[in-house]
Amino acid sequence: MSDLRPDLAIIARNVAAGSRVLDVGCGDGALMAALRDTAGVDARGLEINPANVAAAVGRGLSVVQGDADTDLADYPDASFDYAILSQTLQTTMRPHVVLDHLLRIGRRAFVSFPNFAHWRVRGSLLWGGRMPVTPLLPLKWYETPNIHHVTVDDFRELVRDRGLTVEGAWFLSHGRPARPAAANFFAEHAVFLLRR
Amino acid sequence: MSDPRFGQNRRTTLPGPLKLDGGALLSPLDIAYETYGTLNADASNAILVCHALTGDQYVASNHPVTGKPGWWTRMIGPDKPIDPARDFVICANVLGSCMGSSGPASINPATGHAWGMAFPVITIRDMVRAQAMLLDHLGVRRLKAVVGGSMGGMQALSWAATFPERVAAAVIIASTARHSAQNIAFHEVGRQAIMADPNWQGGDYYEGTPPAAGLAVARMAAHITYLSEAGLTEKFGRRLQAREAKSFGFDADFQVESYLRYQGLAFTDRFDANAYLYITRALDYFDLAEEHGGTLANAFRDTATRFCLVSFDTDWLYPTRESRAIVQALHAAGAAASFVELSSPFGHDAFLLDSPELNRVVDGFLKAGAAR
Repeated sequence: MSDLRPDLAIIARNVAAGSRVLDVGCGDGALMAALRDTAGVDARGLEINPANVAAAVGRGLSVVQGDADTDLADYPDASFDYAILSQTLQTTMRPHVVLDHLLRIGRRAFVSFPNFAHWRVRGSLLWGGRMPVTPLLPLKWYETPNIHHVTVDDFRELVRDRGLTVEGAWFLSHGRPARPAAANFFAEHAVFLLRR
Repeated sequence: MSDPRFGQNRRTTLPGPLKLDGGALLSPLDIAYETYGTLNADASNAILVCHALTGDQYVASNHPVTGKPGWWTRMIGPDKPIDPARDFVICANVLGSCMGSSGPASINPATGHAWGMAFPVITIRDMVRAQAMLLDHLGVRRLKAVVGGSMGGMQALSWAATFPERVAAAVIIASTARHSAQNIAFHEVGRQAIMADPNWQGGDYYEGTPPAAGLAVARMAAHITYLSEAGLTEKFGRRLQAREAKSFGFDADFQVESYLRYQGLAFTDRFDANAYLYITRALDYFDLAEEHGGTLANAFRDTATRFCLVSFDTDWLYPTRESRAIVQALHAAGAAASFVELSSPFGHDAFLLDSPELNRVVDGFLKAGAAR
């Protein structure tokens, strides 16, 4: 599990063994494979890119090609212990609707996203007057898939507004744990565990 | 091979009776089939491949009439997703067809003449039940996988719904869980073309001249639905066939006309018109949800079968939304399901053509099951 992306490693460590997991935007299935192989998790995936789906199916995973914006409605209520959305929230058309679906489908949800209020992002806008290009936001404004930039504090507010409970929060900087204090300023990346 | 049940170009007569969805009892029951590879000691490596409407059991061996290679040598062979070195591959001519299994062209034991239209109407589930009887005969209790495209995919679905405990995995390619009104409409055009041929004679033509013209027209209409507009345009455009200018007549001026006429005529050499009527009817009657109280998910309730569905983006005969509907039902039933829409310019026919991505998906899916 050590070669997982840092946010995925956090999620992998905190998913209960033997549970049922839906990984939304599962990519090539790296997290699903790790959960299956190390924790006996029954993992299912949703992924938009056909090449990624083919790769994940080739690993023996159950992955369905589809779009988080339109296809989550097809999943029955409470059919998973966890729904996972890693680095995908900011690319969806209606993040709040996606979040609602995650917690309708799963009893709990992991959501990870790059923090747009990180000091480097702020610096880029404040001093450079340019949309930030950072390791976690690597593409220029016209080609980025990130259409709904979000900050840690924005996300906390959304969670509050939707009446959800935060069961856990982890923050990362350069792939290492960052202080929870002032996370909105110092964290490059956040992982939240939510409950209905 | 020492075991007389196994080998190529096999044919067996099962005593029956087979109770059909339409109520009739069919007995005896002829089934023609091909096998490749060897059944292992615990009979756990059998893969059933189901053919499409006008397909046959010669999935990976030369066709006895046309001499052409098997229709799915891209999928079955050494180092292919289905490998006879590892898998015991079975492909049977479907019930109602004309390559050796019982159908309207075979002899009705009661009369000593061809059944013709006296053959009972059959369904996809009847085809599957007949295959199950063949598997019993071959000593295969449980399939490692059932794999099919188009009508073969419907059989694979019907297998998983009818005999869930006998199917470890199902691969459904370019298929659907029910025939749409448009699908039925195209089939009706083909059937009416056959029945309008004066040689059809109410289906009683086996001692005379077959209704080749009607069958060719049926095939031409159907063939268009297997292609895509983009594929047709790319292949033929408006190019003329072996001439410099339009004839201002009704010869096959355009290449696409000439191609369709050839496809229609070539088909009449290898297919029986009545079998075409019966099999298209079986497809039209196919509605897996209807068989399960109107809810498709009920067809897969508590299933342990793993499913893999593949569609092609230019397939307008069984478009992607049909596969998605099946995936939704599988989700609702809690089944393990994978699905991918592949890109191809070739329409429905894409499942029979070279597609490295299709092979990769099927290969990975089948190998993943073997690892468990």
